[in-house]
Formats: sequence, structure tokens, C-alpha cells
Amino acid sequence: MTLERKMLRRSFFGMSAFLKSQEGLLLLILLVVMFILSRMSTQFLTTGNLLALTRLFVEVGLMTLPMTMIIITGGVDLSVGSMFGFTAVMLGAVWQYWGLPLPAAIVVTLGIGTLCGLFNGLLVTRVRLPPLIVTLATLAIYRGLAFGVSQARSVRGWPESFQFLGQGYLGPFPIQFLLWVSAAVAVALFLGRTAYGRYVYAIGNNETAARFSGIPVDRLKLALFAFSGFMASLAGTIFVARVTTTRADAGTGMELDVIAAVVLGGTSISGGSGSIVGTTLGLLIISLLRNGLTLAGIKGDATVIIIGAVLVLAVWLNRLFARQR
Amino acid sequence: MNATNAFAPTGTRRSLLAPLQSQEATLAIFLALLVTGLAVATPAFLEAQNLRDVLVNASFPAIAAIGMTMVIVSAEIDISIGSILAVVAVLTGNLALTGMPIPLVFLIGLLAGTLLGALNGALVAYARIPSIIVTLGALSFWRGLVIYLTQGAWIYNMPEAFHFAQRSWLGVPIPVWMMIVLIALAGLFMRYSPLGRQFYAVGGNRQAAMLAGIPIKRRVFLVFTLNGFFAAIAALIYASRFSVVQSNAGLGFEFQVITAVVVGGTSIMGGTGTIWGSFLGALLLAVIGTGMTFLKVSPYWLQTVQGSLILLAVVLDVVRRRQVLVR
Repeated sequence: MTLERKMLRRSFFGMSAFLKSQEGLLLLILLVVMFILSRMSTQFLTTGNLLALTRLFVEVGLMTLPMTMIIITGGVDLSVGSMFGFTAVMLGAVWQYWGLPLPAAIVVTLGIGTLCGLFNGLLVTRVRLPPLIVTLATLAIYRGLAFGVSQARSVRGWPESFQFLGQGYLGPFPIQFLLWVSAAVAVALFLGRTAYGRYVYAIGNNETAARFSGIPVDRLKLALFAFSGFMASLAGTIFVARVTTTRADAGTGMELDVIAAVVLGGTSISGGSGSIVGTTLGLLIISLLRNGLTLAGIKGDATVIIIGAVLVLAVWLNRLFARQR
Repeated sequence: MNATNAFAPTGTRRSLLAPLQSQEATLAIFLALLVTGLAVATPAFLEAQNLRDVLVNASFPAIAAIGMTMVIVSAEIDISIGSILAVVAVLTGNLALTGMPIPLVFLIGLLAGTLLGALNGALVAYARIPSIIVTLGALSFWRGLVIYLTQGAWIYNMPEAFHFAQRSWLGVPIPVWMMIVLIALAGLFMRYSPLGRQFYAVGGNRQAAMLAGIPIKRRVFLVFTLNGFFAAIAALIYASRFSVVQSNAGLGFEFQVITAVVVGGTSIMGGTGTIWGSFLGALLLAVIGTGMTFLKVSPYWLQTVQGSLILLAVVLDVVRRRQVLVR
């Protein structure tokens, strides 16, 4: 089939093309999941529950944004859960032990998160280590720092004004939900509409070619890893404001949720393709599954089983579809 | 990362000094210095009972590191063995409680671990899913299943025969004997057997290995299956070492084992590495773990130390690789 024919067909049957795309498929799955879950529990499809749910997925959601871009470049960041926990602990430490005012403590925390990410990025771009092994090592290092700094003690007594960030509403919407929506839109626009966004795809498709085309591959990768650290610390800050305590083990295994959402959203684990829309749909499916199954009386540990299976299944299906195309 | 290198066990050009330049030698010297330092700082470190504890603590990561070395040498990764260990430990513990003959219990445990490894291998080799995704999924799947089924309950009151890891022969604990024998056999296997060399070829240059007629998929499948088998042996030691089995058994175990392998000089890019190096790596981790207790360092820092070690080892690996290229 010639290209013109193909394009004609696509515009003619735009709807069927959408349904055949990964995003369309995901939307369909999302609707089916919502339907089944609403049958299993009467509380599921209530506005109250759905809005409360947005609170829970925002923390993972913020981290899926840089993760999507990192995976598109062909890398991965396994250390996000540990950066999340470490920065949450550091927020408590900076605020309570250094005695900084809270706004300053938040800025310092975000700075620490960015530095953690920057460290990952430097090891990847300067020392040329594979992202997988770098972030596997820093996963342990940052988690160890979280335990070491806090000695497994928690910091409590956060002021009301700070808790607003994790528990407040602006109109009908939770604060952090609005934060996440604006971040997601910004990243989606960056990826789709700016030259640097397109570079991200170029790196994932063929890094050598990208380098020869004069794309600042290393600087871009470095920025993405730093952004990942920043988002993890932002999510960590919101987490502290939501649960009003710091825990050194916060976010353990969170990288699984983040990567699962991204990969389920159709981002190829070998790089080169993916979208924020897809990631968001993947995130919604995973969060709804978690929340819905919990409401239906299934314990938290069992949802981990399902997410593990969904992750492997999603990549496998993606491979099968990719081979067909 | 080139095919000729893959077949030279210690790396590049052979000279009299070559063994001293290897990561294994560096590691052995470092280990000796560390033990000496600890012995000077706290003489109690050299007491027979403590040395026995260190060796037993090293034994099950070292045995699991055999399989992991094969996986990483083949340029794959398996981060699910902590969960495989939990499945086998909980399964055998529960079976032992039913009064089943203990040898049969152990056999079923080994079979279960091998099967879980084979499942990983099938998904990687035949369904062509990247090993990091397969084993990340398996990590949470099996861990979740164990916690869900046991509801977090501990298993105890196993029959006396179950606790083989607590017994000794000639004053040396059984797990240590197992470690020595398995490390020796696997080391010889990887160095001299055609199958062992094929693992290096698969990891060193997959394209070349395929052209040389090595069945890549079957080898990758085999490597993961073997990894499950060795993880199961580690699990049997783990389960029978103390009088209880917890459902969070082996949490973070994969990290300990990967650290041992990478610190032991196996390149994360595949193609090079020795069982002997991984053994030294496991030993080093056990000494550091015990040493920190002796020096009264909070155990909360342990993960940071392990993570830093892994980074140090891979950076050294890259540096050495560049020197090889320069020559």
C-alpha cells in the first residue's frame, strides 16, 4: 500500500485508526476496568472516591512524566522510589534539625532531589555507565541514606498551612491534582511541540545518528535525569503534606508503579516511541485497579501481583503489536 | 565487548603480571586488608565462631551469585531472585510442617525455584521481553503472592531434620561446605566446559555467537533456569538457617547478589567475569556487614555502602575497559 493511500485511509477512518492505536486500546481497557470495578463495589464510581483517588495517583503520576521521557531515550530510572523516600526524609531533617523555615526547607529538598537525579545523569553521560546499573546502585544508596539520616525515626507536627498542599482543595479539585495536570500538559507540549522534545525521540531511535546530527544528547539526558530527581522530590514533599509524617521506607517499590504505568501506556522499553497521553492512561488504569481492588476487599499485597503481571503482559502485547505493524 | 576478549578468562594480554591486574586480585587484596584492619580494631572479629558466622552469611549469596554470574555474563539481568528465594523458603517451610519426608521437601523446593527461573527464561528468550521488565514483574508478582498467601505469618516448629544449615561437618558448617563445592564445580564449568564458554559468547557478542552456531534462545533460557536452581539452593540454606521463616524473606536479596557479582569483576555489559570473583564479592559483602556491626556502625547505612560499592566496581570496570581500548 502506498503512503498516500495509507494516509487517505487514516483520515477517512480516523475513528478506527484511533481505536487501533495504543492510546485507543488503553482507553477501551480503562472503560472496561471502570465498568467491572463499579460492579464489584458500589463505592467505586462515586465522585468522592474518584476525587480522593486523584490524590493517591498524583505522586506516582508526577514521576511518570520524566520517566516517560527517559524511557523514550532508551534509558530507565530505577531510583525514583528511593529519591522519593530520601527527599521526604530530608524535608523533615532540614525543617526540624536545621531549623529552616518551611518554604526554605521545601526549596532545599527540591534542590537535593535535583542533585540526586543529576548524580544519576552524570554517571550515565560522563562515565558512560548503563542507566540500569547506575540507578540500581543509587536505588540502594538513596534508600540507605534515607534510613541512615533518619535512623528510621519519623518527623511529625507539620503546620496546617503545609498540610494544605497534600490535603487542600481548590474548588472541587485537590491541590496536587491541579499541580499534576499542569505538569503533564507542560511535558506533553514539550515532547510534542518543541525541538528539544523531538530530540528526545531522536535519541531513543538512534543515539549515534542523533549525536552526528548535532543534538546535545548528553546535556538532554542529564537534564532528564535531573528532572526525574526534581519530580521525585516534589512528589515526596506532597507525600509528606498528605500523610503528615516522614518515613524512611516511603516509596519502596514505587519504581514498579511508575515504570508499569509508562510501559503500559505504550512507551517502548527499548526507546524511540511513547507519549504522555498514553502514560496518563496507563497511570489511570493502574491506579484504578489498585483502588478498585482494595475497595472490593482485596488486600494491598494482591494488587502488587496484578501490577507485576500487567507490566509483563503490557510489554509482551506491545511487542506483538509492534511486530504486526 | 569483542568476541576475542570473551574467551580469555582474565581479559586481555596474558603476562606474568596479568593475574595481579584482574579485578579478582584487587578484590582479594582489599578483602585481606579489610580483615586485617578489622582484626586489629576488634580482636573478637577473628574468633572461630564469628568467622563461621561470616562464612555462613556469605554462603547463600555466594551460591545464588553462581547463577547470577551466568546471567550477567550472558548480558542479561535477573532482579527477581529475592522473590524466588521467598517462594522456595515459604513453600519448603510449610511442606516440612505437613510431615512430608524432608528430602522430598527439598527436592520440591529445588524444582519450584528451577521452574520459576525457567518461567523468567521463557519470557525473556521466547517471548522476547527485556529481562529487566520480566524480572521486575516477577519480583513483585511472586513477592505479592507469598505475602498474600501467608498473610505475613511466620513459619516455625519445623522438624529437626529440616535445619541442615545449622549442622557442621569437621567443624565447618554444612552451608560453607556446599558453597565451596558448588563454587569450585561452577568455576570449572564456566572456565572449561563448552557450554560455559558459550555463555560468555552469548554475552560478549550475540551476533557473532549466533553466526558461530550457538542456539542463543536455548542458552538464555538455560541461564535463567540455572539461576532459579541456584537461588533455590540458597533459599534452602536461608530457610533452615534459623528456626523461623518470615514471609519477607529475601527482601533485597537480589541486590546483595548482583552487588557481589559486579564487585567480583563481572562486567554488567556481559561477556566477562568469573565465578571465583563473585565468590570473593559475596565474601566481601559478608565481611563488611559483620564488620559494621563490630565497629558499631548503624546497620541503616548498609544499603548505602553496598550501593556505593557497586558504583565503584562498575566505574573501575569502565576505566579498565578504556585502558584495554587504548592499548
